[in-house]
Parts: sequence; C-alpha cells; structure tokens
Amino acid sequence: MSRLSSTTSMPTGGTSHRRLRALLERGLPLTERPWRALAEQCGMSEREVLAWVERWQREGLIKRMGLVVKHHALGIRANAMVVWDLPDADVAEVGRRLAAEPAVTLCYRRRRCPPVWPYNLFCMIHGTRRERVLAALNDIVERQGLQDIPHRVLFSVKAYKQCGGRYTREEQP
Amino acid sequence: MSVARAQRPEPAELDGADRRIINRLQEGLPLVESPYAAVAAELSLSEGELLYRLERLLEAGVLSRFGPMYHAQRLGGGLTLAALEVPEADFERVTAAVNAFPEVAHNYRREHRLNMWFVLATETPERIGEVIAAIEVATGLAVFNLPKQEEFHVRLHLPV
Repeated sequence: MSRLSSTTSMPTGGTSHRRLRALLERGLPLTERPWRALAEQCGMSEREVLAWVERWQREGLIKRMGLVVKHHALGIRANAMVVWDLPDADVAEVGRRLAAEPAVTLCYRRRRCPPVWPYNLFCMIHGTRRERVLAALNDIVERQGLQDIPHRVLFSVKAYKQCGGRYTREEQP
Repeated sequence: MSVARAQRPEPAELDGADRRIINRLQEGLPLVESPYAAVAAELSLSEGELLYRLERLLEAGVLSRFGPMYHAQRLGGGLTLAALEVPEADFERVTAAVNAFPEVAHNYRREHRLNMWFVLATETPERIGEVIAAIEVATGLAVFNLPKQEEFHVRLHLPV
C-alpha cells in the first residue's frame, strides 16, 4: 500500500507536506485560524494546507479531523467486547445494523480461529456500569432479532497498557 | 504503563454544552478557514466559548489531542487484534513480556479462556507476523491473531 509521502504531487512539492503531517500529529491549534497557524509553521499558504488535508481525506488516508475521548476521565469504566458467531452470508448485513445502534461504538468483522474462537463479528459497547451495558445489549438482541445467534460478552477487568501508537487510532477492543 | 483502578481520577463533570461539543466534534471538523467558528455557530455558542471549553476539556484529560484520525493500514502500517490464553499463575510474567513490545498499543485482561487481548500496531504489515512470532517466543504461548476483515462505520465513537 502506498505511503502518504509517495502518493502526492501537489504544486507545493518538496518536504513541506511532510512537515504539515508531523504538525497535524501534534494536534490542530485551538485558535480562530488553525490552518493558517499550521501554514505559517510549514511555509505554505492557508489554502495549500487546506488543499492537502482535503486531499488526504478524499484519498482515505485521514478518516476525518476529529478528537479522541478518554473513556476513564468520563467515568466510562465498563468496556464490553461483544462477539458473535454469524453465518458468513449474514455478517455484513448484521454488522451494518449493529454499527447503526447508538450504543455500539466500534464494529468489525474479524477472522475466526476455531475451535477456540468461532466468532466473526466484534462490537464494543461502553458504559458507566456493567448492568447498563448488559441492558443495552439485551435491548439490541431483541430489537435486531439476534436471540439465536451465539454470542458472548467479554468485559475488560483491567487495562495493562493504554498508550497510543504513533497514530491516533480508534481500535480499542 | 499500567493503569490501576484505584489510581483513576474521579470522572470529570460535563455540562450539556460540553456534551454537545464532544458529540459534534467526534464527527469531524469542517475543512474551512475558521472551523471552530463554523462548529460554534452550529451549536449556538460563540467561537470564544467553544475554544475555551475545548481547552478546558483537554486540560482535564477528557479529550486527548484534536487531530487527524488515520487509517493505519492505508499509511502502510499493520494493525491487528490478538489474544492469548494465559495460565493464571503466569499472568504477571506474561503481561510484562507482552507489554515490553513497543508495538503493543493496548492490552486488556478480559473474562474468557482467552484472557489477554492486545492491539498490535506496526510500521509495515509484514512486521505483524514477526512481532507475533517474537511474542510467542517470549511468552511460550500461542498467539491468536484476529485481524480486521471489514469495518462497519459507526457515527459516534463514544456518545457522551
């Protein structure tokens, strides 16, 4: 797969777009004209900075400019990984339906490892307490008609490592 | 770094405006010259108040930085979820061995026969296999590698 630096040939050229990427990693400045502030630091115009970021979003390298919420600081301490063993033919449709549920914060199809791990669909449900998470799950199972689909709830009991990697990621199962 | 339950601070207090800001910004920031003014207008706040509240939420540790959400794989990196079945008596040793790998981004203990779950993030896709092999050597346990095959998009990653 292509890396960011090799996919681009914008008029600015040179290495200023790499500098822009490094600056973006540190976060967007909290000022009225954040793009202009970045532009000044990497020798581009505000318009060029916006053009780069638009392009990276269009190409899918950046999903969006967003923020990451720290679960524990909000008292969200129940973190349930709910896993389902769905027929392969149904997993995409059920995955889309689960992702549309407001309580579901992540939803992925993953490889099965039978016999120990037969599950092929993962979703995360976060909440302040286990009872609330389980109530939300029961509600989803009933409304979506998933009573007959084998599934399990794996609560996390302890986080041993929570540092981010080089890039902001949303995968936290 | 281990995060013990007892060390966690009390949950931050959020008011209605904070919650609206957090939920709105999880959807992303518009790519315009004055993005904070645009979002503030949507939320019927002044730009100054939005910036002030964002600064406060960052300082309180409710939000981490505000920036680009990457597709790690499209940047050329590797990413996977992996699990181990760790004997109870060995848990401490295995935790230390796994967390010693810089590629391990998150590591959770969960209630299942597979009781250790971690995310691996590497510079290249090929490196995932190498790191898994090294973890198997370091722990003496078989790693269950469960890479993502399809993502189903949610609108908000953590509604507050």
